[in-house]
Amino acid sequence: MFTSIKRIFKSGWQNFKRQANLSFAFCLILTITISLISFLFLGRLILNSLLAEARQKADISVYFKEDCPEENMFALKDELTGIGAVGECELVSKEEALAKFVETHKDDARLMESLSEVGANPFLASLNIKAAGVAEYENIVNFLQNEKFLNVIEKIDYHKRKPVIEKIFDITQFASRAGLVVAIIFIFTSILISYNTTRLTIFSQKDEISVMRLVGASNNFVRGPFLIQGILCGFLSFFISLMIVGLSSYFLTPQMVAIFPELQVFSFFRYNLWQLALIQIGTGLLLGTLPSLVAIRKYLQV
Amino acid sequence: MIKFDKVTKIYPPDVTALEDVSFEIKKGEFVVLAGRSGAGKTTLLKLILGEEPASDGQVFFDEEDMKKVKKRHLPSLRKRIGAVFQDYKLLSAKTVYENVAFALEVIGADDEEIKKYVPQVLDIVGLTPKTTKFPRELSAGQRQRTAIARALIRRPEVILADEPTGNLDHNNASEIIKLLLKINELGTTVILATHNKEIIKKLKTRTLLLKEGKLDKDASDGGVIL
Repeated sequence: MFTSIKRIFKSGWQNFKRQANLSFAFCLILTITISLISFLFLGRLILNSLLAEARQKADISVYFKEDCPEENMFALKDELTGIGAVGECELVSKEEALAKFVETHKDDARLMESLSEVGANPFLASLNIKAAGVAEYENIVNFLQNEKFLNVIEKIDYHKRKPVIEKIFDITQFASRAGLVVAIIFIFTSILISYNTTRLTIFSQKDEISVMRLVGASNNFVRGPFLIQGILCGFLSFFISLMIVGLSSYFLTPQMVAIFPELQVFSFFRYNLWQLALIQIGTGLLLGTLPSLVAIRKYLQV
Repeated sequence: MIKFDKVTKIYPPDVTALEDVSFEIKKGEFVVLAGRSGAGKTTLLKLILGEEPASDGQVFFDEEDMKKVKKRHLPSLRKRIGAVFQDYKLLSAKTVYENVAFALEVIGADDEEIKKYVPQVLDIVGLTPKTTKFPRELSAGQRQRTAIARALIRRPEVILADEPTGNLDHNNASEIIKLLLKINELGTTVILATHNKEIIKKLKTRTLLLKEGKLDKDASDGGVIL
């Protein structure tokens, strides 16, 4: 048995080398398919990250009255944190608000001058609230508009931003679903193309297959070399695809960062390298071998 | 060794390739299967190889009814039969040596055996200088001799040769026939299908004449008219 396996490997490797044109064409199709799937995978990761960033910007700001004692602020924060509608709740003191402003606008001389003219700290303490879901914002605002908070809260900054917040959520949901549908269509199409390419390859070999059977080769002895060729093509395509995706993301990053500073494409590639490699090698081996096994069955009937 | 008992073969929908054919071939015989193109010679050989099943009647190989042989056991049966075809049927990605060695590899022969016997057989057929060549680099006669070497390497009980000289010139054709006769002298049963009148006349051996799928004559001395 070991001798047979050794011969199958040798035959597969020989065919891979000697039928270089066929191997090249097959590897090309596999590489395109794997690269496409990889780009879609990375694209989805990036999209989800951007969507999460966008959602982060949707929040409610509650400004406390000038003379509101600190314990009242903490009390409100604790009460809010206790209700299920609130995802995150951050208390920003007057001093922290001032410090943030100075840090953000320290290079803007006009703003700094205006601030020093005001003299005192013009900022109010605030609570930045992120809801657990888009539907909860209305509930949180209704909660805050309770009479018992009238002498604590100066202003609730939501209604002006409400349309923007709802729009952001609508767009992110649509983008997520549309992205998934597009990904599925592309993946399905490329798998179909790979499968048909394999079928054509096997078809072009049907005479060889029937000769092997007529000489007395068993089905496994006939199938084996094709399987090995498929594995070799799968591995080679994996390596090439990994390089293509890696280099593309590396060279694309400066252009993308210029538009979206958070869009460090190469970082996404690096941090998800193992996952990506696993997807690529899995796809390569699957598409390199499974269609061969299915397509060759027809010609083993001799 | 090979027995046909009232064998009929019909290809769907209604093409009768063989009709009610009966004969018996003993071990060690050299039998010519004669007939014009379309007479049923190739079909008859396919029935022996198990490539096609008979529509009616029985085909026996060494007293084994071919209808009862399961598809997965066919490789094992084919190891006892050497086949030579008009179109050579060589593996294009393998060299002459590898094509011949392949016939031993499929039966699980070890490497030492292959290294010993393949050069011997290539010497018998006169192809030692062409060992490392691919089929595309050989002449028609050399390709046919490679096919014969592959058929011969397993010392089969019977060699089926389907128009082995069909694509060859007169000289090469003679060489191939001489080779087959030499193989037969060593004890292998040979069944040669041909429509070449010259070859049939020259061989003067037992000839089964097929006409439109029927066995017209079974002449012991090759005296048949096509």
